[in-house]
Amino acid sequence: MKKTIIAIALLCLMLTIALTACGQSSSTQGGSTAESGSEAQAPAGQDSSSGQETIFVHNWGYFIDMDVLRIFEEEYGIRVRYSEFVNNETLYAALNLGGMIADVIIPSDYMIGRMIAEDMLYELNFDNIPNASLIDPRFRGLDFDPENRFAVPYKVGTVGLIYNSAMIPYEITSWGALFDERFAGQILMFDNPRDAFAVALKYLGYNINTTNESEIQEAFELLSQQRGILQAYVMDQIFDKLESGEAWIGPYYAPDFLTMYANNPDLRFVRPVEGTNFFVDAMVIPRGSQNRANAEKFINFMSRTDIALMNMRWSHYASANYEAAAIFAQELDPAYREVVFVGEVDYAKSEVFLHLPQHILDLYDRLWIQLRS
Amino acid sequence: MKPNYFSIPYVGWMALFVVTPIVMVFVFALTTPTGEFTLRNFSDMGLFLPVFIRSFRLAFLATVVCIVLGYPVAYLLARETTRVQRILFMLIMLPLWMNFLLRTYAWMSILENTGLLNQLLSFLSLPTVRIINTETAVVIGMVYNFLPFMILPIYSVIVKIDKNLIEAAHDLGANTFSVFRKLIAPLSIPGILSGVTMVFVPAVSAFVITQLLGGGMVFLLGDLIEMQFLGTAHNPNVGSAISIVMMLIVIVFVIVMNKFGSGEEKAVGL
Repeated sequence: MKKTIIAIALLCLMLTIALTACGQSSSTQGGSTAESGSEAQAPAGQDSSSGQETIFVHNWGYFIDMDVLRIFEEEYGIRVRYSEFVNNETLYAALNLGGMIADVIIPSDYMIGRMIAEDMLYELNFDNIPNASLIDPRFRGLDFDPENRFAVPYKVGTVGLIYNSAMIPYEITSWGALFDERFAGQILMFDNPRDAFAVALKYLGYNINTTNESEIQEAFELLSQQRGILQAYVMDQIFDKLESGEAWIGPYYAPDFLTMYANNPDLRFVRPVEGTNFFVDAMVIPRGSQNRANAEKFINFMSRTDIALMNMRWSHYASANYEAAAIFAQELDPAYREVVFVGEVDYAKSEVFLHLPQHILDLYDRLWIQLRS
Repeated sequence: MKPNYFSIPYVGWMALFVVTPIVMVFVFALTTPTGEFTLRNFSDMGLFLPVFIRSFRLAFLATVVCIVLGYPVAYLLARETTRVQRILFMLIMLPLWMNFLLRTYAWMSILENTGLLNQLLSFLSLPTVRIINTETAVVIGMVYNFLPFMILPIYSVIVKIDKNLIEAAHDLGANTFSVFRKLIAPLSIPGILSGVTMVFVPAVSAFVITQLLGGGMVFLLGDLIEMQFLGTAHNPNVGSAISIVMMLIVIVFVIVMNKFGSGEEKAVGL
């Protein structure tokens, strides 16, 4: 009897841990959160007719109004299997290691550059995507897809500094604040090499896509010094830590400031004078897609003004569709407007990430491990 | 031995989800991204030495703390009446019904500089402590999450010790302390050993705990391996090589430990 109880108890225990481990490490397939998973299932569950066409869409977490998927299914009669990935690298690994079915994916600029370089994407047939003409010309023909052949930009934004004005009573204007000893123990930093190095490179006045190894080395020295006054390397935990006052300052993606500000009105946002990283997430069709025509229908649908507007209202991330962006800018509080949308001056000073050559990526990884261990 | 058909699903499961992945890890570790044989993936292991040392040190520390905390609990639990045992058992298991990630996240809000613990301390006018984002916080996280794995096997061994043996010892003039030292302690070693394995192994490869409670400042093997698969350079081959080195060290450790405890195991008749 006792033995059985122990056996069952141990089994439960093992399963709990095994399941959490799976959920943590690679959620590309299943939808990263329980919430999104169940929501994603809802539209799929509605349709009972078998043999209906289906497309598989993988997007970042939280960047879509789920109602949009339902509208697409009703209008086109195509079922959408939607799931989320945690970051570009996870998506890349899942595609590269095989076993992932995808018709539309929405990675960022540099990852699209990498996928193009490694011949992982199909060229798009723009005859099927007339709404691509609604994309702001500023975000077309960027370096990762210079001839606009593979990608339709979906949302854009910048990185910036977020700080607590109750704890830091002066105006912050420079990345230098992240290296300021007065804030020792209160500083947060990106927990991924590309974003972290970009901060250091920008502060030093270098290009964030530099392939000059001595410049990267210099950025590394700066990050090593910073480690001593750092509170933590974080990604999503930054929300809690800045909102609660646990930390005073950290770099993050601009639109997320709106969420944090709603929970702590002492927080301030600034785009540092040195310039920052401008990111573009765009819709692409990976090789291996079984249904390119339907995938293009979905991309066209997502580029439509009313749909882009729905997604923007939901996520606060600026759409690449200029009509939708203009409408949303009118709706927004002026204080928020400059967080979500980038002015010309800041845009001119910002840089989009590019795919770097393999030996530079290896250098990044080596230095990052050295920094962390 | 006659074939046991009930074991077929289990064997199939193991083959599919345990043996196959391990074989794949070996294949990855010994090949280049294009699939040719190589040993180069192991050449950077020196660079990772500090991470190996820290991981094993912290896992060892967590295991020792688990024994110190877990053994008395298991011992006292085994001496209770069945009714009380059932309730206590439930209490030990209860936190495990909640998601591992949530529990670790909860510890973050307890240990933070502005967290519950420090709020309590300053309310009592005591000096506050800096625990979050240190090795201490990571070890606390490991101990909290893996402690039941230590308690259960020790308990299951102690509870099986023949009551007659203890009575006989008392009859022959042993006091409670010598009964424990000469009888119960040696007989419970197999339980401790399986507990040690069950705590040490997951602790060595822990990685979510380091991100939440270590604040990324305590970089362990789990983080390193994750980074090889999901990092900038995407190098699953090196990641697999690190996993294999880690696995080999753990296997050696388990073998040595089992040698050490083999005599006692026979004594209990397992």
